[in-house]
Amino acid sequence: MLDSAPPSRPASPTTRPASPRRPKYYDLNLAHLPPPGLVSILHRVSGALLFFPILPGLFYVMQMALGSEQSFAQCREFFAQPLVKLAVIGMVWCYAHHFFAGIRYLLLDVHVGIMKQPARTSAVAVLVLGVLATLVIAWRIW
Amino acid sequence: MNRYTKTPVGAHYGLGDWLLQRLTAVVMGAYTVGFLVCLAMHAPSTYADWKSIFSGTFVRISTMLFFVALLYHAWIGMRDILMDYVRATGLRLALQTLVALALLLYLIWSASILWSR
Repeated sequence: MLDSAPPSRPASPTTRPASPRRPKYYDLNLAHLPPPGLVSILHRVSGALLFFPILPGLFYVMQMALGSEQSFAQCREFFAQPLVKLAVIGMVWCYAHHFFAGIRYLLLDVHVGIMKQPARTSAVAVLVLGVLATLVIAWRIW
Repeated sequence: MNRYTKTPVGAHYGLGDWLLQRLTAVVMGAYTVGFLVCLAMHAPSTYADWKSIFSGTFVRISTMLFFVALLYHAWIGMRDILMDYVRATGLRLALQTLVALALLLYLIWSASILWSR
């Protein structure tokens, strides 16, 4: 599989031979995925969330913060609320996870760590680094 | 069905986009590290601080480059997601059109923010 497709793409279930009698069973519990699979689906989910709503939100905040003294002050007030800070931390995690998972995919693309064990280790590292980076930012903004 | 039928929302150009998604990722990664270093060094807190960071030509142009890379990267990613999960061609075309329009809007919006006043 690694030779024919970029490793970031999971094999499509439609490539399995069709058998009308075989029961369909989809394990949809993300916790049952091996770490590389978890990194992959979270890369997708975080990427989609970054496209919407995080990116337009960022543009809106930039517009407000760089607009005038008054709108900057409004921004400060808005981001002082605990719930807003929590939401920002969630968004930071999306970016951090996407960032570290992306670096892992770039390395896999140049055939660094493509064997099973290193790939699992790097997947766990991505998950940990994403959370750690988020915690650092959380500590800075709280 | 005619075997030469092409779907207007398929990927006939996979490798080029696949490569560009990687190149744009490298651009964004470099910008991210640079921006974090800049934040750590200047520790902006007031309106004037932020304004002065984004008034320099270098920051404006590199931020614009970041956004252009991001929007192209997002286009490929969103297209891949829609191709994987939305099977009906008409609906996929509609959603991809919405994504493309949103990305164009983002592009204009980001340029207007960076170069306003």
